[in-house]
Amino acid sequence: MPGHFEPLPGGGAAVALDDVEISIIRSLAVQLLELIGPGPGEDASDDPLAELFAEGPSEPPKDPVLRRLFPDAYSDPEQVPDSPGQAEENREYSSEFRRYTENDLRAGKRESALAVVRTLDGLTPAGDGGAILKLSAEDSRQWLGALNDLRLAIGSRLEITDEDDTDDLYRLPDEDPRKPMVMAYLWLGGLQETLVSTLMP
Amino acid sequence: MGPVTSPAPLEIERTESAEEVFAVPEPDVPWVTIVHNDPVNLMSYVTYVFQAYFGYSKHKATKLMLDVHHKGRAVVSSGSREEMERDVQAMHGYGLWATLQQDRK
Repeated sequence: MPGHFEPLPGGGAAVALDDVEISIIRSLAVQLLELIGPGPGEDASDDPLAELFAEGPSEPPKDPVLRRLFPDAYSDPEQVPDSPGQAEENREYSSEFRRYTENDLRAGKRESALAVVRTLDGLTPAGDGGAILKLSAEDSRQWLGALNDLRLAIGSRLEITDEDDTDDLYRLPDEDPRKPMVMAYLWLGGLQETLVSTLMP
Repeated sequence: MGPVTSPAPLEIERTESAEEVFAVPEPDVPWVTIVHNDPVNLMSYVTYVFQAYFGYSKHKATKLMLDVHHKGRAVVSSGSREEMERDVQAMHGYGLWATLQQDRK
């Protein structure tokens, strides 16, 4: 079934994709890779060892997509800090956390997006131009993470901040410039939903 | 041989300043990891993450997911600050929006 992952016997999952779908997912994954990038703080280094010990950034990213992918760890969105001192302390803790985690998190998300590109590039075209993508259990987990990151990225660009926004997107007129992005968002949601169900313990 | 004189006990100058910066004000109060609602993350995916990462049963994972969905947030784990930082980092890795704080109930 198109746009629909099915479990493979013995683990893993498979989905039939046509040429257009393959190129859309690949292009989105590449854009995500470019956006995530190596991150600030380690770009100048060619030494892998130095890179390993390089500290990540202290400040939240400016791009809203990256801010969503790498949120502050110590700022509860619903709880106003008791005092300015408390707010300052939360900011310091968030910075500290970011310095020690953001590079690793970026690397993990890059790996997932790269796994998507790699598996798509390894496809053998079927007669009609499409292909059957078969994922191992490990590749399925990478795909699951990458599909989620892609939907977070698109959701952030479409400024989806509550459930009502999603309902509004379903009703966009065809001429709305956001329409293609919305179609991609919903389609990726279907892919992710069916992929999760193949992985459910 | 004369008696062995033991050296004077070495005074170890404890450098506390580095530790104090990270000292928590109430060390006995546990920390918690909170996952916040997000209109993008699929309910099935959030349930999957709670099962896969925390090893929770389907029942517990589903209940926590529904709490996140309906109440806007749920405490998904508790423990030391270091453990909660690990959990928050893992949640961010999965794309869930998580924060940690001391449990001030």
